[in-house]
Amino acid sequence: MSPAIDHSLQDPPQLPREPLIEKNAVITEAPWVRRTLTAVALLFLCGFLLLPLVAVFVEALRNGVETYFEALKDPDALAAIELTLIAAAIAVPLNLVFGVSAAWAITKFEFRGKSLLVSLIDLPFSVSPVVAGLIYVLIFGSHGWAGPWLSEHGIKVLFSTPGIVLATVFVTFPFIARELIPLMTEQGTDDEQAALSLGATGWQTFWRVTLPNIKWGLLYGVLLCNARAMGEFGAVSVVSGHIRGQTNTMPLHVEILYNEYQFSAAFAVASLLAMLALLTLGIKSWLEWRHSDELSATRRH
Amino acid sequence: MTSAAPTTRARALRPRSAIPGFGLTLGFTLLYLSLIVLIPLAGVFLKSASLGWEGIWHVVSSPRVVAALKLSFGAALIGAGINAVFGTLVAWVFVRYQFPGKRFFDAAIDLPFALPTAVAGIALTALYAPNGWIGQYLEPLGIKVAYSPLGVIVACTFISLPFVVRTVQPVLEEAEKELEEAAASLGANRWQTITRVILPTVLPALITGFTLAFARAVGEYGSIIFIAGNLPMVSEIAPLLIIIKLEEFDYAGATAVAAAMLVLSFLLLLVINGLQIWTRSRRNRK
Amino acid sequence: MNIQIRGIHKAFASFPALDGVNLDIESGELIALLGPSGSGKTTLLRTIAGLEFPDAGEISFGGENIASRPVRERGVGFVFQHYALFKHMTVADNIAFGLNVRKGSSRPSKEAIKQRVHELLDLVQLSGLDKRYPSQLSGGQRQRVALARALAIDPKVLLLDEPFGALDAKVRKDLRRWLRELHDKTGYTTIFVTHDQEEALELADRVVVMNRGRIEQVGNNQQVYEQPATPFVFDFLGSVNILPGEVKDRQLRFDGSDDVWDSESKESGLVDIYVRPHDLQIVDPAAPGLDATVTLVQRAGALIRISAALATSGERIELELSHLDTLARSRQPGDAIRVAPITFGLFPRAPHRRPTTLPDVVPNAPAENRERARN
Repeated sequence: MSPAIDHSLQDPPQLPREPLIEKNAVITEAPWVRRTLTAVALLFLCGFLLLPLVAVFVEALRNGVETYFEALKDPDALAAIELTLIAAAIAVPLNLVFGVSAAWAITKFEFRGKSLLVSLIDLPFSVSPVVAGLIYVLIFGSHGWAGPWLSEHGIKVLFSTPGIVLATVFVTFPFIARELIPLMTEQGTDDEQAALSLGATGWQTFWRVTLPNIKWGLLYGVLLCNARAMGEFGAVSVVSGHIRGQTNTMPLHVEILYNEYQFSAAFAVASLLAMLALLTLGIKSWLEWRHSDELSATRRH
Repeated sequence: MTSAAPTTRARALRPRSAIPGFGLTLGFTLLYLSLIVLIPLAGVFLKSASLGWEGIWHVVSSPRVVAALKLSFGAALIGAGINAVFGTLVAWVFVRYQFPGKRFFDAAIDLPFALPTAVAGIALTALYAPNGWIGQYLEPLGIKVAYSPLGVIVACTFISLPFVVRTVQPVLEEAEKELEEAAASLGANRWQTITRVILPTVLPALITGFTLAFARAVGEYGSIIFIAGNLPMVSEIAPLLIIIKLEEFDYAGATAVAAAMLVLSFLLLLVINGLQIWTRSRRNRK
Repeated sequence: MNIQIRGIHKAFASFPALDGVNLDIESGELIALLGPSGSGKTTLLRTIAGLEFPDAGEISFGGENIASRPVRERGVGFVFQHYALFKHMTVADNIAFGLNVRKGSSRPSKEAIKQRVHELLDLVQLSGLDKRYPSQLSGGQRQRVALARALAIDPKVLLLDEPFGALDAKVRKDLRRWLRELHDKTGYTTIFVTHDQEEALELADRVVVMNRGRIEQVGNNQQVYEQPATPFVFDFLGSVNILPGEVKDRQLRFDGSDDVWDSESKESGLVDIYVRPHDLQIVDPAAPGLDATVTLVQRAGALIRISAALATSGERIELELSHLDTLARSRQPGDAIRVAPITFGLFPRAPHRRPTTLPDVVPNAPAENRERARN
């Protein structure tokens, strides 16, 4: 009654399985081009980045390991280390509180002038460190605006720890805010609104909901902030009195040693800072690798 | 009769929000910002205003200041330019190719961000001084790097290296494969595809990176003063001149130079941003 | 330009994207590569273009083996699914790109290029938009620019990868018709990839149905629809009922029925019977057929869709009848009917049956009825 269709699949003839041409994607360069470009890039990086780093350690150990440790145990060096740590220990938490506060205000609310505020927060980045020191000299210096009043009351800001702290706070001002603002913008306000709807107060919401969300971005910002705080030179140089053992941070101490031709001692102290830099880079890379989802999009590799 | 509770200033600024803390956080933010940044910065302009236009001009146009400004800005521009070329190359290699140790080198690119400037300064000097690691080979060739403007350029290149790489890298990573395939299918060879299709998309990011690199290098102090030589009129950078004037208690002079730096940077940034906007407006009118 | 494809194999890691493909395409044909995702249709298209390289096999354009030629030398016009227009160039520069990158003597003069761009803009009905940027165009316009750009190089073959996939239904229909007209006017050999069977059947001279890296059937739209060569083609194009049966001595018997139909099948054994809903008719209780109970009657435009459950196995079948069929119109759920196939396809019994998607929903009946229905 009806036509039946009965087919089976036709198998193709078996051809030898050899790739016809090199398995390159269409969109890449010839191998020799790739290798040359890679070599040039790596040479550039090695020459400009790695060589100076290596030089620090080599020069530090040039006169032997003992001299190295002697330089570090020198009382002026220890005082410099202490001052550096103090400055960072004050500046970083202050900027942390500021960064969180600014990020909260900017990312959880809408208001006019928001982009202006963000630009203003970025200002310290575009100011030369020397100018950063200058502005505080203008205020607190003996010929400055508040200078006479301060010397009357015996308060020392410049050429003393407070001035150094202030300059450090200025140059590291935007770091944490800059990390948190894009991150919290991406995260939006949904989680906070959910918490509030469930009855949490503002503070509870912040501690239990927001903070866990931003903890890695916060760590990242603190890391960069700290690295800059400990390594700042220009701004601190202006406001410090360069008084050995008293108003010298580690970078300033390096300068003094260097200017006195105590090269290996200078490099010894510098090597501590270099190690700090390497540690910073290491943690930074680890954060970008392991927790890239919890950093802002600009940080993901 | 009780009076109604006064509305706070915060609520007048924006509509009601379910999330608390606006007044507190914005208030603290503005206070901190003003105290630490705005008021001190305003001081610079106030102080230089006290000199008057003539006074400022007198300081700024003196030969030593002019030379210092030329050096700071010139070296920064050249350093940023070098990084524009090599930084793009580095970004390309890292995004498109595989090679051993890639992760290590990728992390290393951020070294100038993390390394204290003084450390960089003495390290660069150790390399390029006449008896230095590299300098010793260049000296007989008559090339003097340390203690000359060339050294300043080298330091500027070091300090601004990551800026171009890190702004160009993400743009290259997002480049669409299909665009390159389309160009190839239309008959373009690799070089044509790169120059006509890929690089134009990268150009805005490149300009941004160049701008950031320049802005960073122009105000740089710590990594330059060791290698620069600091001879007035020859290898003296503007920030150093500011410090010298401060040590001489010439606050006004120092401020004038600082103000000149700020204004010049601002103008240059305007020009570069204008360029940026011009290249962007040609395409994305969404 | 005719195209011969022989023995193409291509694997990604261990996944066989193309598993031995042979195909002949006549010059000037409009061919559709149709199949579900993962069938290899896009891989085949890209292999023809030279954007992928096969592990084995030959591709010839006009008798010349081009399998080892890079894409830029093949002269193919490729239109990407998401257009891949150069955002930083105007429409005119996009279209002229293929001509501008030519070197030396093969590159036309500036005026000639300008002329050609305008011709093409007229052809794709986008005259006057030459100075616009892609971001200022609609999806359909971008698609036409992509097409014009591919045509500018006078390609040997035009390859389109899901050309209308990213567009709205209405625009898609309009562009479909327009593409056919364009093809008829220009006469380029054209291959396009789609997963939309309606598009393939409507547009193409011939349809290549692919599944799992192999070609299931090649034919014009009548052949693939009415004479499907494999169960996959039967099922992929249009809907189908699959019923078990047995063939013995050239006689076909449905499971659960004693009636027999003649079969030309030389072999005996268990079979799956593939019947399209519109090839089932309701017949007299006395005629040969299968008993079933109506479960659902739906009016859908010019059709009446009847779902029924076979009396013997309870298996669900679908019928599609014309709205002019007054007898069908009056059917109600619960009616007993007898159905018979007008035409069907036979394939060896496959171990897996097509699963139903959702369990049967027992209508909201009073308790006693629900008890009865469950039993």
